[in-house]
Amino acid sequence: MTVWNSAQRLRDERIRAGAAYAQGKRVAKADATALLEAVIRPGDRVCLEGDNQKQADLLASALAAVDKNRIHDLHMVQSGVVLPEHLDLFELGIARRLDYAYSGPQSQRIAKLLFGGKIELGAVHTYLELFARYYVDLTPQVALIAAVSADREGNLYTGPNTEDTPAIVEATAFKDGIVIAQVNEIVDKLPRVDIPGDWVNFVIESGKPFYVEPLFTRDPGAITETQILTAMLAIKGIYAPYGVQRLNHGIGFNTAAIELLLPTYGERLGLKGKVASHWALNPHPTLIPAIESGWVQQIHSFGSEVGMDAYIQARPDVFFTGPDGSLRSNRAMSQTAGLYACDMFIGSTLQIDLHGNSSTVTADRVAGFGGAPNMGSDARGRRHPSQPWLLAGKEADPDSPAPLRRGRKLVVQIGETFGEKNAPMFVEQLDALKLASKLDLELAPVMVYGDDVTHIVTEEGIANLLLCRSNDEREHAIRGVAGYTDVGRARDKKLVQQLRERGVIRRPEDLGIDPLDADRRWLAARSIKDLVQWSGHLYAPPSKFRNW
Amino acid sequence: METLNYRNKAQQRAKGTRRQAIVGVVASGNLEVLVERILPDGECEVDIRTAAEGFGEVWQAVIADFVERRSPGGLKLSINDGGARPDTVALRLAQAVSAMEGERT
Repeated sequence: MTVWNSAQRLRDERIRAGAAYAQGKRVAKADATALLEAVIRPGDRVCLEGDNQKQADLLASALAAVDKNRIHDLHMVQSGVVLPEHLDLFELGIARRLDYAYSGPQSQRIAKLLFGGKIELGAVHTYLELFARYYVDLTPQVALIAAVSADREGNLYTGPNTEDTPAIVEATAFKDGIVIAQVNEIVDKLPRVDIPGDWVNFVIESGKPFYVEPLFTRDPGAITETQILTAMLAIKGIYAPYGVQRLNHGIGFNTAAIELLLPTYGERLGLKGKVASHWALNPHPTLIPAIESGWVQQIHSFGSEVGMDAYIQARPDVFFTGPDGSLRSNRAMSQTAGLYACDMFIGSTLQIDLHGNSSTVTADRVAGFGGAPNMGSDARGRRHPSQPWLLAGKEADPDSPAPLRRGRKLVVQIGETFGEKNAPMFVEQLDALKLASKLDLELAPVMVYGDDVTHIVTEEGIANLLLCRSNDEREHAIRGVAGYTDVGRARDKKLVQQLRERGVIRRPEDLGIDPLDADRRWLAARSIKDLVQWSGHLYAPPSKFRNW
Repeated sequence: METLNYRNKAQQRAKGTRRQAIVGVVASGNLEVLVERILPDGECEVDIRTAAEGFGEVWQAVIADFVERRSPGGLKLSINDGGARPDTVALRLAQAVSAMEGERT
């Protein structure tokens, strides 16, 4: 006879085995590893919650301490590989296969483990793509998650860093998986319920806050004149003519410079209220001056940012907040917002090739992408019109009848022609290709595909790829803003000049911008301390950013 | 430490009357430029002491563009480079000429 509930039976067995260590749902911190050994089976798909921000750090150490004779060959399906323990699992032989999205701080070590054959790589995903697979072919058998507090029934309060938790728990709990939460404390009454208790099987009180990486904090003191120049170019050459109101900014100093120039340079150009009013964005501290100056109407966030919670709580008209007053973030929803409801993504990268493909993977770093491939792609399922989307579509395809013409999302790559350690941003061939051949991957880890990129901004100017009509034009539009890199110096000057005459390439002087005018006086805040003052002392920066 | 020297023909004499100016700072990723009005009107000389070796071709390209765009005739520019990127070099050179024109200091 066919058995239709084998997964349910297995779930019940796992719960019974784990219950030996629990009082109700509560398990002592000292029993965390024993609980995991009881509940997890070899070969399980496990989601160890960690993204680019919050980390289930206690559960990560507990999992790294299991007996590998009992628990091995795990398939980790998690968005962030951020803590050392995440990779210890592979080094120790507890886990074997990995599907992930982002690995910033561990990018060098993950490259070594990949080359050394310790990690069997599924794919480097975008967040939304990995979440989607949680519901199709990568559903976790066990999810190890983090929240601020729990009550006796296992209801969870995530605080401002809700992030990935709803997406992970929904997939696990409703497909007969086990959900184990670490919480800072167990309380009688929660400020609000972010995850209902009957979706949660076990709760461990950690006694201290889970770790959060302050990934989105950029010190205005480190912003260079060249970055300010690229910000001026972007604001005057893209935000203004397209009228971009709904957008997402990637992480980096160029976009931080844009945020700090909105209330100064943007104001001078008369753009207040016309651009940058609705955002899918983490609470970037560098956006505080624009918020305080009345530029920003609404922000939905993927996660929170260390030190921003009190400020957010005091600005509920701008942010999404719960009945308790604090931020409710949600990575899956915000990624969806960035994909479908934003007209522009602008962000940095490490390498761009002659087709416009870009990647943050270099020879010895496999950083992953986070949200950029999702935000930085044209949503083919989009059906609602907006001015920037229609205008970009028209530039790409002037001949089709307007009612049948797809619009285009503006996907902008911004950066200096040379990055850290004088590494050129423009290359003939992406390091990602070398990595793919070395690891025998079917797909090179490309962050943003060239056919999605609409503009490239460097200190040399803006290349509008929407206006290119052939591969040759496209290549020269890219060479034409590639500065003194090998790629830039190999340009055909005549062809570049023709592209400039057609407005495909625009130099600072073509936009009425004097590079000598690009100085730090334009920054609405020139230090972290200035940001604190702008916030009315509500922003409390983490100690590593305090230098006064 | 590498030293490089470039002499170019300039189309026009640099504007202004200032004899000398200094822009930038000697720091990692930055550079200091001492500019002096001591050459004949049609000449420009750039003298470079750099911590980063092997970038001669890039310097040459940056300086050729600089001379073409800014026409710094009569100027000698002496650079103390701390491994600045080309965009920073181009910016400092432009600032140096601008300082000699007397618009900025």
